[in-house]
This record gives sequence, structure tokens and C-alpha cells, in this order.
Amino acid sequence: MSVRLSMTVNGKPVNADVAPRTLLVDFLRDEMRLTGTHIGCDTAQCGACTIHIDGRAVKSCNMLAVQAEGSNITTIEGIAAPEDNMHPMQTAFREHHGLQCGYCTPGMVMGAIDLVQRHPDPDEAQIREGLEGNLCRCTGYHNIVKAVRAGATAMKSR
Amino acid sequence: MYEFNYQRASSVADAAKKLGTGEDARLLAGGQTLIAAMKLRLANPTDLIDLSGIAELRGIKADKDGITVGAITTHAEVAASKDIQQHIPALADLAESIGDPMVRNMGTIGGSIANNDPAADYPAALVGLGATVKTNQRQITADDFFTGMFMTALEPGEIIESIHFPKPKRAAYMKFSNPASRYAIVGTFVADTGNGVRVAVTGAGACVFRVLQMEKTLSAKFAPDAVANIDVAADDLNADMHASAEYRAHLVSVMAKRAVEKAVAG
Repeated sequence: MSVRLSMTVNGKPVNADVAPRTLLVDFLRDEMRLTGTHIGCDTAQCGACTIHIDGRAVKSCNMLAVQAEGSNITTIEGIAAPEDNMHPMQTAFREHHGLQCGYCTPGMVMGAIDLVQRHPDPDEAQIREGLEGNLCRCTGYHNIVKAVRAGATAMKSR
Repeated sequence: MYEFNYQRASSVADAAKKLGTGEDARLLAGGQTLIAAMKLRLANPTDLIDLSGIAELRGIKADKDGITVGAITTHAEVAASKDIQQHIPALADLAESIGDPMVRNMGTIGGSIANNDPAADYPAALVGLGATVKTNQRQITADDFFTGMFMTALEPGEIIESIHFPKPKRAAYMKFSNPASRYAIVGTFVADTGNGVRVAVTGAGACVFRVLQMEKTLSAKFAPDAVANIDVAADDLNADMHASAEYRAHLVSVMAKRAVEKAVAG
């Protein structure tokens, strides 16, 4: 069985026939070739697969592609404004060295943007609490927290 | 995961009809437990009936007695609800403590209580507040709804529509979380309902349960020291690599004391 799926991904309309058991992350990576969204644990713990659906951060390894019917999806490839190379949160991660191996980074950035949308001026505790669904295997949390603080400030003046 | 048939339901009646046609059909709400279980092949339904498009199942309404929460309302929506923050702040706090932000954006209250994981948070809120579950067939009190480990009073074809929480005088939930999964090793919900006190415990046993001795003591005097010395028997409690039954029993009293402290402080 296949199901008709219509949604918007990074501003572009997408129509496809998918098998119901296709995970959203697999659809994005394998069908759309948007490989910036990573698969880390594949058990909804690490958050490397975090994307935004209608502006809310979700783990794309823990949902079916068909559950995204009619929604507006943004992946790490779609967060920068057309005239910019990078979103202010990405720039903050680069400037504050908020990454070591980089594997968790797309999910961290997507989670951080969602956090700042809910808490525009987060303190350190809110950042650590807000990113509890994103794991960094390198344990580079200290600089990630600094980057999110800076990213939040930069997003305000955007 | 194994293949299955997928259908979107347009109404509760439509979902009930579709649920009856599959050999082993299951309802899909947010899927934060079900999809993970299907990936592990712990659950292998033949059919999934997606409830997410049914508008009547979503939303939060306040009335003079309390709050009604639609079955597919997400944890994030409960946590952010101004009505719930105002009338039952303990419920908003509990929702904010479930899983992580991404899980809260997808996971639903109806899905959580239908699954009745022994370490889930919502069962403590429903039993602690004396909530009522409305299904497409009847109303079920929280005390009757949760019947055992991963078991509920729901009959085949029965679908949760909403949960009604009466407004308490004061209430609080305290949990000792597993630091990795955030599931409750022990979570204690204490509510001064205005008509007696209710104490509901999740994570400690096979299923949420009430501690009647604490309820009686707190009804006489709603103060932290009233429960601090009440011991809960460890006999039927869970024991695993995270905590022994004796440790969980101890935590029930500690969390109850802290919950009363928080409820009194407001």
C-alpha cells in the first residue's frame, strides 16, 4: 500500500506516494536528499534528527512521513534567510565553537531555534533544560550553551 | 518496522468504524511510544488509524468546575495553556516535565493514558485530581480507568475523546526522574481537592496507585511533616537497575512531602 503525501518542505511544495511505514527522516534524507538531518540513535533519544513541523521542533526518526501530511516542514537546509548563508544560530555555533565532531549539530541548532522562539532570552538553566532532548556524544555542552546564548541575542536583532 | 495499512480518520465515528475493520488495528495519536515500539517490532499492528486530523479531539476548555482537555492535545499545549496554568498549575508543570521538548510537541494526553506506561506522568495527574475520562461510549473515573501495567478499562473499539480535570484547591507533582529517559522512577501527585486529599503515585508500581493512609493524614492536616514519616510497603513495587523496591518506597514518601511543600507554597 502507498499513501499520497502533500506537504511543504523548506518553502517548496512536495507531493509523493510513500509506503506508510516510511519514517519522516528517511523520506527527507533518501527521497528529498536533504541529508543535513542526521540519524543518530534512531530511538528518539539523541535529537540529531530534529526538524520543525509548523514551527515546532520534533524528532523526525520517531514519526511517519504520512503524519506530516499538510504540514510545513523546515530542515537545517531551510533555516537561513535567502539572502544569508547562515541563520544567526548557525553563525553563533561557528563563532563559539559549539561543535566538536558536528554530528549532533543540525539537531542542536533546530532545537535551539525552537527554544529561543519559546524563551527569547533564555538563561543557562533554561538552555540546558531546553536542550535535554539533544545529546552531544562529544559532551561539548559548555560551548553549545554559550552558542545558544549568543544565538538568542543575535536572533533578537535579526 | 513491518508493513501496515494506514488510514486517516475524519471523525471519532469514522475512527471507530475503521478500527473495527482491521485484524489488529490500532489508533495513532502522536505516536511517541507506538512508532518507537513498532520500530522495535514490539508492536505490529495490521492497520493504523490516524486521529490527528480530528479537530474535535484537540483543544483545552475551561469551565466553572475545571478543565477539559481533548484526547489529541499535546503535552506542549497543556504546558503552555494559560487556562491550565491559572486553574491547575500542577497539571501544566507535570506536562512540562514529560520527556523532552520534541516529544512534548508530538505526544498526546490521550495516547499517554491509553498506553498506561507504569512510569508515565499523566496517570498520576488523572488519579491525583480525580479526573474523568470521556470516551465515545461512556465516562470512566480515573480510579477505574487504569487497571494494570499497560492496561486500561478501554474496551475494543472504545476511543478516548477528552479528559475532565476538576479544579483543586491546591496541588503539586514531584518526581524523581530517570536522568536519561526522564521517565518517573517515582512521581507523587498530591491534590487538596476541597473535598479531601488525594495522593497518586506513578513509577513505583505496576500501575498508578493511591496512598490512602497519606490521604487520611493530609486531610486532617495538610502539611509536609504529616506525610514524611508514613512508610509505604515495598512488597509490590518495581525493582530494576535504576532503583530497588525499598528505594522506590522511600522515594514515595520523600516526593509526597516535597509535593505538599510545593502545594502549600503555591
